[in-house]
Amino acid sequence: MTLIGEVARWFADPAHWQGSHGIPVRVLEHVELSGLAVAVAILIAAPIALYLGHAGRGGFIAINVANIGRALPSLALLAFALPVSFALGLGLGFWPTLFALIPLAIPPIITNTFVAIREVDRDVVDAARGMGLRESQILRQVEIPLGLPLMLDGMRTASVNVVATATLGAIVAGGALGRFIVDGLALQEYDQLVAGALLVALLAIVTEVAFGTLARASAPPGMTTSR
Amino acid sequence: MTPGEPLIRWDWVVGHTDELAMRVGEHLELTAIAVLVGLVIAFALAFLVVRVPALYPPITWTAGILYTIPSLALFALLVPYTGLSLLTAEIGLVSYTLLILIRNIVGGIRGVPGEVRDAALGMGYTPRQILLRIELPLALGVIFAGIRVATITTIGLVTVTALIGQGGLGYLILIGIQQFFSTPLILGATLSVALAIVVDGVLVLLQRALTPWSRVA
Repeated sequence: MTLIGEVARWFADPAHWQGSHGIPVRVLEHVELSGLAVAVAILIAAPIALYLGHAGRGGFIAINVANIGRALPSLALLAFALPVSFALGLGLGFWPTLFALIPLAIPPIITNTFVAIREVDRDVVDAARGMGLRESQILRQVEIPLGLPLMLDGMRTASVNVVATATLGAIVAGGALGRFIVDGLALQEYDQLVAGALLVALLAIVTEVAFGTLARASAPPGMTTSR
Repeated sequence: MTPGEPLIRWDWVVGHTDELAMRVGEHLELTAIAVLVGLVIAFALAFLVVRVPALYPPITWTAGILYTIPSLALFALLVPYTGLSLLTAEIGLVSYTLLILIRNIVGGIRGVPGEVRDAALGMGYTPRQILLRIELPLALGVIFAGIRVATITTIGLVTVTALIGQGGLGYLILIGIQQFFSTPLILGATLSVALAIVVDGVLVLLQRALTPWSRVA
């Protein structure tokens, strides 16, 4: 039987769709883990970047943090996160993976949010100031709405990276979709291996497309005509 | 990670310098092959795009899809066909370099001012000469920026190839995880980050040496 046939049969097997090791549970674990990591990263990174962008300070750091982030290999982040998790008594699985994913997601969010705010036309900001808007109002009513597409673009990069890297959690006994790949490799069960890889790839592409759509939809009506 | 044990046991490090050097060597080799093969393919596709601009969207779209597929998933999809081999690792690694490299090569060439191209044409350069002697040298800065990003990304991804049995610094990380032994874990991770920083520095120096005119501006 060809591999494609075996993979199709693996997907068709009702046993793979049930229980705590089934596809729906693994997908949910993957989405939960990734979603939580990106949410925490946004909570940490966005306020800093919004402040720096609005104040026009720290540009060098905000932009270079992305380059530093790129030099941090995902597996290395997991390696650093593991002793931290053990020191905190949280052990293997979910927590060390989450600790590895958060710093992975922060750099693109900081850089894009900073650039998004800085790229807002200064004349528009000055006009808002002249109309008597307070600084916090300028940020909330002018800079964030106009910068939103670019900010979402950073969140998209972060999310796609996180979805991809959450797969590695299975190496430290985590759940999620990486389980199928790591188990498939270990047991040399190629149907499970390929099925897991297809599911992860699909989830990453869905994340990419969803954020791309969101970014386009988030542009204020006035912006879309000029682009 | 066992209670009472230090994060790094220096006696282990001293006793394993040979292995550490070997893993760094493997890591560099895996990275170099990927970036060099990636460059050859990217240049070929970029030259094609310069002649036939209509090919640019489908090529970047395909490279973009490859780039989006998580590395472990891409390796996993290849294993049934090419096994736990160097070839599997390199196919995956090369495909991740393509998007960045093609974008920067094409962007660099298209960024050359039209007047410069016109002047070369007026001086009797053939299109081939314009590409090789005018456009490529002027695009070198942008191309190098792409090479730097591709190389750093690849150094990070090579750690993952340890999962399909290809050694490198990721091997130390995996051994650390499997044996609950933090020394190789921390060492493998730290060395891979250090390697990325050092290699990036070398590429910056190389770029300065190859584009002396950019220092004047």
